[in-house]
Amino acid sequence: MKKEKGIFIIFIVLCSVVSIGNPNFLSAANLQNTTRLIGIFGIFSIGSGIVIITRGIDLSVGSIFALEGVLLSMLLVSQKIAWPIAVMTVLLLTLAIGWCHGIMISKLKIQPFIITLCGLLVYRGLARFFSNDITMGFGYGEGFTALQRLATGNLFGVPSPFILLLVVGAAAWVFLHRSVYGRYLFAVGQNEEAAFFSGINVKRMLLAAYIISALLAGIAGILLAFYTNAIAPSSHGNFYELYGIAAAVLGGCSLRGGEGSIIGIVLGAAMLQVIQNLVNLLGIPSSLNFAVMGVVILTGVLADKFIRRNKY
Amino acid sequence: MARPILHMNKICKQFGDVSVLKDVDLTVYEGEVLALMGENGAGKSTLMKILCGVHPFTRGTIRLDEKEIFIASVRDAMRMGIAFIHQELNLVENLDIAGNIFLGREPVTRWGWPDKKRMSKETAGLLARVGLDARPETPVRQLSLASQQLVEIAKALSLRSRILIMDEPTSSLTMKETALLFDTVADLKSKGTSVIYISHRMNEIMQIADRVVVLKDGKNGGELKKEELNHASLVRLMVGRNIDRSIFASRCALPNASFNAESIRTHRYPHQPVSFSLNSGKITGIAGLVGSGRTELVESVCGIRSLIAGSVYLDGKAIRIKSPSDAIRQGIFLVPEDRKQHGIITGMSITENLSLPNLHAYSTMSLVRQAKESFAARAQVDNLDIRCASLQHLLKDLSGGNQQKVAIGKWLSRTARLMVFDEPTRGVDVGAKAEIYRIMRRLADEGAMVLVVSSDMEELMIISDRMLVMHEGRISGELLSDEFTEQRILSYAFGNG
Repeated sequence: MKKEKGIFIIFIVLCSVVSIGNPNFLSAANLQNTTRLIGIFGIFSIGSGIVIITRGIDLSVGSIFALEGVLLSMLLVSQKIAWPIAVMTVLLLTLAIGWCHGIMISKLKIQPFIITLCGLLVYRGLARFFSNDITMGFGYGEGFTALQRLATGNLFGVPSPFILLLVVGAAAWVFLHRSVYGRYLFAVGQNEEAAFFSGINVKRMLLAAYIISALLAGIAGILLAFYTNAIAPSSHGNFYELYGIAAAVLGGCSLRGGEGSIIGIVLGAAMLQVIQNLVNLLGIPSSLNFAVMGVVILTGVLADKFIRRNKY
Repeated sequence: MARPILHMNKICKQFGDVSVLKDVDLTVYEGEVLALMGENGAGKSTLMKILCGVHPFTRGTIRLDEKEIFIASVRDAMRMGIAFIHQELNLVENLDIAGNIFLGREPVTRWGWPDKKRMSKETAGLLARVGLDARPETPVRQLSLASQQLVEIAKALSLRSRILIMDEPTSSLTMKETALLFDTVADLKSKGTSVIYISHRMNEIMQIADRVVVLKDGKNGGELKKEELNHASLVRLMVGRNIDRSIFASRCALPNASFNAESIRTHRYPHQPVSFSLNSGKITGIAGLVGSGRTELVESVCGIRSLIAGSVYLDGKAIRIKSPSDAIRQGIFLVPEDRKQHGIITGMSITENLSLPNLHAYSTMSLVRQAKESFAARAQVDNLDIRCASLQHLLKDLSGGNQQKVAIGKWLSRTARLMVFDEPTRGVDVGAKAEIYRIMRRLADEGAMVLVVSSDMEELMIISDRMLVMHEGRISGELLSDEFTEQRILSYAFGNG
């Protein structure tokens, strides 16, 4: 809990700095846009974080976005399939992807880095192949305006992705911090062998983690597709897996596994968006975008290390 | 008496607010074997880590040859001739012996390449001194644990060490290897090297120590000379009480549960079918040399490893055990050999460790009810006298004995049918040992079958009602408690009889 408090304080300080630097930060339009992005990024960051807690990693998220976006556009625009079916189809696909990752990692014991790296390459390639490398879009949304409104609209002024994040986050919190299975996930991440000796079905827990990650990427991917409204197969979602990992690490997850919390991960994701905002609103050249983000993450990790060493 | 070479004077050490050492004095004489004893958490390791430069100390002085010295790093300590042979050996497995001995200070030829010839020659000399019959080019990975230990000693000698610290060097050695190690120690001693020897095994201490210094709760707890050394005096100094052996005697319950293994075969010894049976209320010991397949056998029974063939019956009913969770469901629990890797999760709290296999019992609809969980943990901590300030303490902050109690305690909130202990008292102090024996006996009295694998023969003879002896994957002998003698057990262990 202490750690989350620290992250929250840094988050508030960051927000204050940005809003003092540029009062536009607190304008309704900017807040809406930022919270929308926090919603999208937060949802898949939770998945990345859960995988990291099991001492794994999921590098395939960004490519899943591209493949999913392309397929969604094809199903809705070219094939004119009813949107609930199209959504179910792409979500089932991401579920299947997660299942494949999980099976290969848990049963065949191949390193998660390699499996999901292959996923990153394969899904990106497929996305470009299916789309003939042509940017896909959703046009005016004929036939699926309800979905479009669901993905991009607001409820009482709050962007729907943010509301969805609150729902997903609450469910993930209960799962990770209150349920038996969450405890098992932490145990597996801390010490897989000891978890096995204690009678935990380690393979099933790993499988679950990768399915959750891919499925949350699937949900976030739909939101992202409608947010950008144009899916360039070669660049849509590029590097997004790293945002997820960065959010988790910033939020207190250790790549050594067994550590982290949902609140931390969501705050980490939110912080990354505020940093983006900081770059935009303070007039820092956008070419420095990644550099700023890297420095902030590094500072966070170093500060954490320093605080922990002093405590010892 | 020989000349004193090292004085540690009024050493104090604090970790944060916790005072670990309080005014500890230690003198080491030239060419003596000094045994350092004490319960886990008494401060032995900390004191030794200070001596070899791992930890700085808070207050006090260290004098070597009457000159005050400051040891800032492990390198400093090495240069002054103080070498530490850790319990977990620090060899690079894929280098050869010579490469390990000269690691980081390889002699070089004129061209700047490592001088292999010189390394080999010097290594051969060192190996002869420690009595290890191996070529300097042998990869360390191919050596037994005992031989690796000798390589560590050779390395210490090559550094011209005058004080050699050995931390539980025999904990994974066989009897024969232990004897060999003791020969080497005696030889070192005769050449003027001093050895500080840390061990929990009293027999060994009585065999090789010239003097025993006991630490208790971070303070000097007393000292015994060789002629004052005996079992009772040692125990009294360490725990301040005598352990009554009679409590370990069996109360002989009626055999109302049974476990039978018929022609089971493990991956380690695939051509060796093993059959045995157990009855409730009894403690059965499994003796044997390291590598005789004891751990493989019990781990197969507990679902850690799969069986190649054979059948297993609980109360006459055939059961299939393919995973630990299958075994646990049948009430078959294992306290594994490697505590830190398998028995506990060092980064989790006492509560979380104790509840891990029992979480479903403490939850409704898969949600953990924390009140129930911590209530059960509190009960187990009191039951086992696990010493801790709070249930939220991480396991890595506990002493070895308390960690082992947690590794056992996690099974005690369930009803055990068969409880298997694999090397339950390795690295555990006398006080906790007695506690663990008591738990075993209580389990048996409550009707469980208890199976204990141990390399400590004395221990097995104290606690077992019956003993199976293994040799190269088969059960080579079976003894009842009135037949226990070291000689008979050993002769079975070596495959005779």
